[in-house]
Amino acid sequence: MRVLLFELKEGLMIALRAIASNKIRAMLTMLGIFIGVTVVVTMSTAIKGIDNSFQQGISSLGSDVLYIDKWAWFSNVEWWKMRNRKNITMEEFEKFKNLAKLPVAVAPVINSVQTVKYQERRVENVFINGSNADYVKTTNFTFAEGRFYSEIESNSSRQVAVIGSEIAKKLFPNLSALDKTIKIGGENFRVVGVLAEQGSFILGPWNPDNQVYVPIGTIFKNFASNRWRSITINVRAAGPAMVEETKAEAEGVMRKVRGLSYDQENDFSINQQEGLQENYNSVVGVIQIAGLFITGLSLFVGAIGIMNIMFVSVKERTKEIGLRKAIGAKRRTILAQFLLESSVICLVGGFAGLIAAVILSMLINQFIPTSIQIGSVVLGISISLITGIISGLAPAYTAAKMDPVEALRYE
Amino acid sequence: MNIINIEHIAKIYKVGFEEVHALRDVSLKIDKNEYVAIMGPSGSGKSTLMNILGCLDTPTSGKYEFKGVSVSDMSDNELAKIRNKEIGFVFQTFNLLARSDAVHNVELPLIYAGVPTAERRERAIQALIDVGLKDRLHHKPNELSGGQRQRVAIARALVTNPSIILADEPTGNLDSKTGEEIMVLFHEIHEKGNTIILVTHEEYIAEHAARIVRLKDGLIESDERVERRYIPKTKNTLVT
Repeated sequence: MRVLLFELKEGLMIALRAIASNKIRAMLTMLGIFIGVTVVVTMSTAIKGIDNSFQQGISSLGSDVLYIDKWAWFSNVEWWKMRNRKNITMEEFEKFKNLAKLPVAVAPVINSVQTVKYQERRVENVFINGSNADYVKTTNFTFAEGRFYSEIESNSSRQVAVIGSEIAKKLFPNLSALDKTIKIGGENFRVVGVLAEQGSFILGPWNPDNQVYVPIGTIFKNFASNRWRSITINVRAAGPAMVEETKAEAEGVMRKVRGLSYDQENDFSINQQEGLQENYNSVVGVIQIAGLFITGLSLFVGAIGIMNIMFVSVKERTKEIGLRKAIGAKRRTILAQFLLESSVICLVGGFAGLIAAVILSMLINQFIPTSIQIGSVVLGISISLITGIISGLAPAYTAAKMDPVEALRYE
Repeated sequence: MNIINIEHIAKIYKVGFEEVHALRDVSLKIDKNEYVAIMGPSGSGKSTLMNILGCLDTPTSGKYEFKGVSVSDMSDNELAKIRNKEIGFVFQTFNLLARSDAVHNVELPLIYAGVPTAERRERAIQALIDVGLKDRLHHKPNELSGGQRQRVAIARALVTNPSIILADEPTGNLDSKTGEEIMVLFHEIHEKGNTIILVTHEEYIAEHAARIVRLKDGLIESDERVERRYIPKTKNTLVT
């Protein structure tokens, strides 16, 4: 063991001397690994960041919520067929609510895009979510301040609003939004609640943080064009295990409400976040495969570069190898010397790559929340070490099995 | 006791389909503290003999005992160990590591012997002082003259206290004056009780030895004790 440690240390010293005596060449060689590791680590960090945001976002939607809609989120039904479907109306919602027994909450939803203002501050293109007091039960909302609007407020279409955290940040940068009067599309609304941060950037305008919630009646009252639009019915099942049953019941009830006979197909769609998840998985899967391929390729090129340089280095130092063998270097000593040399080159390149990846991730963090994972660091280091050993193996073996007599005679 | 005892050694190389008999049948005994010159024209097999004596190569047939131990069928690693501990090589072209200073060049064999850093540094410096390079410890080969380079190489050969010093044309790349100085150094090394085997094709270099073995066509042509050339009794003037 001590002999091995001694040889390792001496081999390392020899390798470092060799690298130091050829700095520019070593640096150019490192570049291949540097780029490879930078790309791998940045890539995996970014994907992890997107993934985290998505999971967070999707969980804010709730995994046991069904969305009865005129439109299917993901389907192969032709869009014009869906366009020709009847709008879902408030009357249908009321009937549905009375007939469906399984849901824990049912809420009608309509969205209107408006500008929201508080004094001089304004946010454009905000999704104004109109619903009833039960809406909050179809979500997993938590509140930073205040409360959701009440049943009385929603039934009497009171001009009250609950605002998302991002909206609150933009309109009330350093004061409480509670009980302030904001203007939505020019109409006055009183803020009764502010959501805690819920979702994630990845949902864009659908992110609850970027929305404003008002009683559905106020939408119809203030923004009249919405009276002829289709609403969505949000249905919350009594837990993930009940989703399928609730869905089956919802389909039956909806058909009954619509008066469809047995030979007519559904003129509505029941959507679930599951579809979103599947769609996302397939997209991210493609990104990951493409990323893996590109980074794998750059590492492969880097490895070939190192192998090439190591072969040149062995050839160049044939006489030195002969001498070392003549004065007592064993095969494994020579093998270790060259393996260490390529490993050191790769590790240094890898570390530099990691540092670059951290900096890059910080830059990307301006757009996507990323965080360097310990796993990525370990990945980067092990990739560079393995590349070093693999690309150094063949040249080192060539050196180790050289005949000292031949090597000494080499000019 | 014999340090080297070879009996009926032959070495055959295959070059294409042809077999080259570099050594046909060579027997030789070398005792402790001998000073032997091996001579012969090129192609006589003296390089092959030296490689075998230096455990860099193994004979095709015959017996080679080094200090009573058979080395004819040793493994590569065992040969490396013998070379490291028992043999000090001095080459015609010095074979120093170009980018390393004198001390590092001299301590190289001690690294492979597993000597700890502090001790090997000390021994390397002492060896360099012994060959008269006290002021050149941290010079790199390209900052040294030919004679000084060969002194570094000699220090490297001596630093492990080997049983034999094997010098292959040690003055071949030096001018005659510097060559003489190196031969004086070898003389002193011999005086201290070392065993030296000198391979050369130059008579006036071989004259420094006490015994001359002449090779021709892979056979020993003659092996005789000779009158040694006059060596000035004064100490090597370069060693100060």
